[in-house]
Amino acid sequence: MNYPTIVKILNIKKEAEDIKSIRFKYPKKTLPGQFFMIWIPGVDEIPMSASYIDNEIKAITFKNVGDATNTLIKMKKNDKIGVRGPYGNSFKITGKNILFVAGGTGIATITPAVEDIVNNKDTNTVILGVKTKNELFFEQRIKNSGVKYFVCTDDGSKGYHGFTTDLAYELMDKNQYDLVITCGPEIMMKKLLYICKNINFQASLERYMKCGFGICGQCCIGDGIRVCLEGPVFDGKTLKNIKDFGRFKRDSSGKKIKI
Amino acid sequence: MDEDAGSMKRIFKSGAGAIVTKSIGLKSNDGYPNPTVIELEHGILNAMGLPNPGIEEFSNEIKNFKSLKGPLIGSIYGKNKDEFEKLAIKMEEYGTDAIELNLSCPHAKGYGLELGSDPEIVYQITNTVKHAVKIPVFVKISPNLMDIVEIAKTAEKAEADAIVAINSIKAMKIDLELKTPVLSNKVGGYSGNAIKPIGVRCVYDIAKNIHIPIIGVGGIINGEDALEYILAGASAVQIGSGIYYKGIDIFKKICFEIDSWMKQHDYNDLTEIIGAAIS
Repeated sequence: MNYPTIVKILNIKKEAEDIKSIRFKYPKKTLPGQFFMIWIPGVDEIPMSASYIDNEIKAITFKNVGDATNTLIKMKKNDKIGVRGPYGNSFKITGKNILFVAGGTGIATITPAVEDIVNNKDTNTVILGVKTKNELFFEQRIKNSGVKYFVCTDDGSKGYHGFTTDLAYELMDKNQYDLVITCGPEIMMKKLLYICKNINFQASLERYMKCGFGICGQCCIGDGIRVCLEGPVFDGKTLKNIKDFGRFKRDSSGKKIKI
Repeated sequence: MDEDAGSMKRIFKSGAGAIVTKSIGLKSNDGYPNPTVIELEHGILNAMGLPNPGIEEFSNEIKNFKSLKGPLIGSIYGKNKDEFEKLAIKMEEYGTDAIELNLSCPHAKGYGLELGSDPEIVYQITNTVKHAVKIPVFVKISPNLMDIVEIAKTAEKAEADAIVAINSIKAMKIDLELKTPVLSNKVGGYSGNAIKPIGVRCVYDIAKNIHIPIIGVGGIINGEDALEYILAGASAVQIGSGIYYKGIDIFKKICFEIDSWMKQHDYNDLTEIIGAAIS
C-alpha cells in the first residue's frame, strides 16, 4: 500500500562536501533505478533514488539543495522518517560493454546499478562526473565493484578535466558499447543521447512528484507519460519523442520552467 | 492526471468521452507541501491544495489539448463570484466546451466547500457565471453538507445546466508512530471505491428533486459501479481514483462492461435506465 512506513535512521554518513547518506531498515525488494518517497515529518515528502540496496537495509544519498534536504542533512541516528515505495521501473542491464555516465548526485542512482552487474565486470566502464573533487563520492564502491572507471571534474581538480559528455565522446570513439546508462543533470543526459547515435540508451529522469503512484499527474512528460510509474528510467527512443527533455520541467503549480 | 495537455490527451485517447481539467484559478498556486496524497486501506486521501499554473498559463494546455478536438470541461475555483466570472469567460475564450464550478473542494480555506455550503453564495456564483458565458455550466457539489439536495436545487434555480456529485469526503489519517496527521494540510478528501455508496445515495436524492442532468462521481472503478450511478439518476459519470485502481484503460473497460450488461439485459439505449431505480 502507498502509505509511509516509519523507520529509524540507522546511521548517517558524510560522503562529500554537502552530501550525506542515510541508512534505514526497509526489507522491500528494490531494484537499481527505483526510488522511494521520503517523508520528513512536518517539512516535505520527496522522491529519492535508492543509493544502496541490501535485502534488509536501504540508503538514500543526497545533496543539501532545499528545505527537505536541509532538514534531512541535520537529522541524527534514531530520528524517524517515513518511507514509501520502491517506485518506478529500473535499469535494464543487458550486454557486455556498458558505459555508465553519472553526473553529480546521479552517482547515487548509478552506483547500485554498477554493483548489480554479476558477469564481465571488467568490460564495463563508469564515468563519475562532478564539478570539483570535494563533491566526489562512492569512488571506492565503484572501484570495489571491479569495473573500469574514470573520474571527471569540471575544474580539473581530479581526473579528466572537462565534462562527462566530452570524455564519453572520446571513449565511444575508441570502444564499442552495447548500452549507455546515465543519471545526472538533464542537459548532460540530453547531450549524451545525441552523442550515442545508435547505441542503446537508458536515462533516469527527475521530476517534482506528489503521489509517486501514477494518479496525480504532477510528473507527466510528453503525452501523459508518468515519470513516477512508467519511468523514471526511459530509453533513447522514448526520450527523442519528448520535446521537453532537457528543456523544461514543471514546478508544483504545474507551470513549465526552464531546466 | 489532467494537469497538463499531455496527460489530458492520453486519457482522451484511452477512451474517456470528455476531460475535466484540474481546477484552475486566476493566479498560479503551488498547493500544499507534500505529503499531499496517500493510499489508505480502502481509498485514497489527498489534500493537493488546488495547485495550478493560473488561467493565463493554462491556456497553452487547453489549446494544445484541443488539437485533438476532444470535449473539454474547464474546472474553475475562485473566492467570489467576480473571480468565477473572470475565469469562466477565459475558459470559454480558450475553447473549453463547458465550465465546472468547483464549489466542493473539502480542504482549501476560502474556496470550494466553504463557498459551496452557503446556498446564497452558490446561487450568486452559478447565476453570474451562467450569464457570463454561452457554454454549459455544471456545479460540482460536496457530500460534506447537511442537505445536499438544497444546494443542488439552488444550483438548478440559478440556471445551472447540470449537477456534478460528489466531490471527495472530508477525512483525516493519523500515523500511530509519529502521532500526527499524515497530510501536510492534516485534513484531506477521501476518494476511491469506499465512497461509492455515499455518492450513489447523493445522486439518488438529488435526482428525485431536480430536473437538470446529473454527472455521477465517486468511487467508480467498473461498469457495475457506473451503472449504479446511472440507475440512481446520473446521465454521465466521472472517473478519478479509478485510474489508480484499474489503470489508464479503465475508460475502455467501463464502456465495454456497461455495453455487455445492456446486451444481457436487453437494453439498446442507456437513456432507458437513467434514474430507473428511483421510486
